[in-house]
Amino acid sequence: MSKIRVLHYINQFFGGIGGEEKADVPPSIREGKVGPGMALQGAFRDEAEIVSTIICGDSYFNENLDKAKEEILQMVREVSPDLFIAGPAFNAGRYGVACATIATAVKEELGIPAITAMYEENPGVDIFRKHLQIVPTANSAAGMRQAVADMVPLALKLARGEEILGPEEEGYFPRGVRVNFFAEDRGSARAVDMLLKKIKGEDFETEFPMPVFDRVDPAAPLKDLSSATIALVTSGGIVPKGNPDHIEASNASKYGSYSLEGFMDLTSETHETAHGGYDPVYANQDPDRVLPVDVLREMEAAGEIGKLHEMFYTTVGNGTAVASAKQFATEIGQKLLSAGVDAVILTST
Amino acid sequence: MRLELGVIHISDVQFGPETSVKDGTLYVDQDALVAHLKENEERLVDVKVHLARPGESVRITPVKDVIEPRTKVDEGVQVFPGTVSKVLPVGSGRTNVLRGAAVVTIGKIVGFQEGIVDMCGPGADYTPFSQLNNVVLEFTLADGLTAYEKEEALRFSGLRAATFLAEPTKAMEPDEVSTFETLPLMEGAKKYPDLPRVAYLQMLQSQGLLHDTYVYGVDAKKILPTLINPTELMDGAIISGNCVSACDKNTTYHHQNNPVVEDLFAKHGTELNFVGVIITNENVFLDDKIRSSDWSAKLAQYLSLDGIIISQEGFGNPDTDLILNCKKIEALGIPTVIITDEYAGVDGASQSLADADKAADAVVTGGNANEIVILPKLDRVIGDINVVHVIAGGSDKSIREDGSLAVELQAITGATNELGFNKLSAKGY
Repeated sequence: MSKIRVLHYINQFFGGIGGEEKADVPPSIREGKVGPGMALQGAFRDEAEIVSTIICGDSYFNENLDKAKEEILQMVREVSPDLFIAGPAFNAGRYGVACATIATAVKEELGIPAITAMYEENPGVDIFRKHLQIVPTANSAAGMRQAVADMVPLALKLARGEEILGPEEEGYFPRGVRVNFFAEDRGSARAVDMLLKKIKGEDFETEFPMPVFDRVDPAAPLKDLSSATIALVTSGGIVPKGNPDHIEASNASKYGSYSLEGFMDLTSETHETAHGGYDPVYANQDPDRVLPVDVLREMEAAGEIGKLHEMFYTTVGNGTAVASAKQFATEIGQKLLSAGVDAVILTST
Repeated sequence: MRLELGVIHISDVQFGPETSVKDGTLYVDQDALVAHLKENEERLVDVKVHLARPGESVRITPVKDVIEPRTKVDEGVQVFPGTVSKVLPVGSGRTNVLRGAAVVTIGKIVGFQEGIVDMCGPGADYTPFSQLNNVVLEFTLADGLTAYEKEEALRFSGLRAATFLAEPTKAMEPDEVSTFETLPLMEGAKKYPDLPRVAYLQMLQSQGLLHDTYVYGVDAKKILPTLINPTELMDGAIISGNCVSACDKNTTYHHQNNPVVEDLFAKHGTELNFVGVIITNENVFLDDKIRSSDWSAKLAQYLSLDGIIISQEGFGNPDTDLILNCKKIEALGIPTVIITDEYAGVDGASQSLADADKAADAVVTGGNANEIVILPKLDRVIGDINVVHVIAGGSDKSIREDGSLAVELQAITGATNELGFNKLSAKGY
């Protein structure tokens, strides 16, 4: 059997070009292995060979997402490898997102087996775990040797088209994908066995681990609305016309904060939605439908509320990873607290 | 309460001049059967009787209910009390069962919540009814009836047919006899002092609007959770009256052959003390959900249980009842195992249940109902294949050019049953 031809993707740092100051370098391709490719090649022994390495700056990739992706996919097409490996990215956030994005694109758009590896808190994990196998690593490059040892067996199985077993057997982050199979016993017998083990205090394995839902206790009610400062925060994507901060239509990587000073009513002249997950026609016609500035101004004028907070915070909830949403919320919450806001109206779509 | 089940094995079904069982073959006098059904149900305009055997190239749809032919051997009492026979207590004495045979009712009611039974091919692996010798009743009903009236006419006619087929075997010596017994509480506790006390909480579909279940003829929406002997289920005390998604509705056959009851009885007296069954409902109003789950938990405590298995019927809204029952019973220190199924999307990547709680740490799943299966074209269709376009789990693209079907498992009768009737399960990747 001929050797599996591997194409490796790494960032400017691991590619030896430079650190943060070189993070804007566009993708380039070199023959053979570079940097961490040495360790990968060692683990491949004679079964696979890194034929080329693509090096791309993390900032370049993340700031020119579509362009960078297309440039890299073109390089992959030309090499036409049997296997694509990105990283490992450890805890480098932008590197992790780049690795997972490009590995997913290679897998889904070119149909070439692809794999990456990173630390569990890397945002790339939550965003892409459903799409491909991501192998867990330590949080820094000190864990390179282990990362390579963990990645290689699974990578080779993928390249050979062998059956990929569950996340525990193969060592990848659970993708959260449910797959049917016929068990040995019928469900009722499995239930009786599970119950007897549970009663006896023995180990048992549930067939469906419950998802963890965050439950947030409601805040205490306001005592006096007429003196309260109320802020508006939305995941419905309302932004000033032209979307000045380029909040993504899906899977937002940022939120925006914009002034409401002087706005009594949002109109199609002044605002629009950046959200790509719902029919935007009605929100664009009258953005108050998602961010009710008009009503709050009326209440402000009538003395029903103290005042509307001068800034509003906005992002796009469409396909946005829970991890990103949590991070936005923490930052927005801090800003609202330090601005003395008493209450927030959160709107979605 | 003690019941003997006299099992008569059926390995073939044929039309014959007289309804009877000879050498494992069920003979059906179809004229007498049709006359009997019409006599008792004036809303029936026409009944066609078809036979479908395991392995035949036959697809049956839209399937409403499946019923196992059974008859009481004891005089004066009959199965299905409160529906097509008198409201008399069942669950004791002797009942004969035509094991391997079934009545399958088909006919359009609401048009989108009935299922497919394939007698061969990949679809047959997902439905237990492919393994039975089926007497399929295709009903035509009078014009001008509401969906509820049609449903009732079909429901009763199916039960009558099952009894009609089994009654001639009253005097027959069965091939084997199994005995099931539930002792009065105190006696059971005395007899098995060292065994864990286990009960079964069965949630009955009662969302209404053709999502109903009946207990001794009472609409389960209107019950408070109560106790019932497991052997009463074997005698048809609970029957299906619902047209919910085919994959996880409990047909009357499932109630008669409740696998949780069977598997708890299998370990009764050796590994556990099977105390009995609590039944509860799945009503749509929040007050009902709270009241019923409180009540189930109170009964579980009242029975001094060491553990309980909870089964669900349906999905979505009833997920909340399932989790409420689980949470409240766990809070009393009584370990639970719940049986459910999943709607994780065609790709399996979405959230499986509409509700969740960390107390539900022991779950058995009947599989992902959204998984797509391809069912090759079969030689004969009993019923109307065009319903596949509209039944839950089908779509306007479900019937493909070559005559094969691409449907979600949802459309296959009994595929992801939440009583744990099947071997199908799902795991995370």
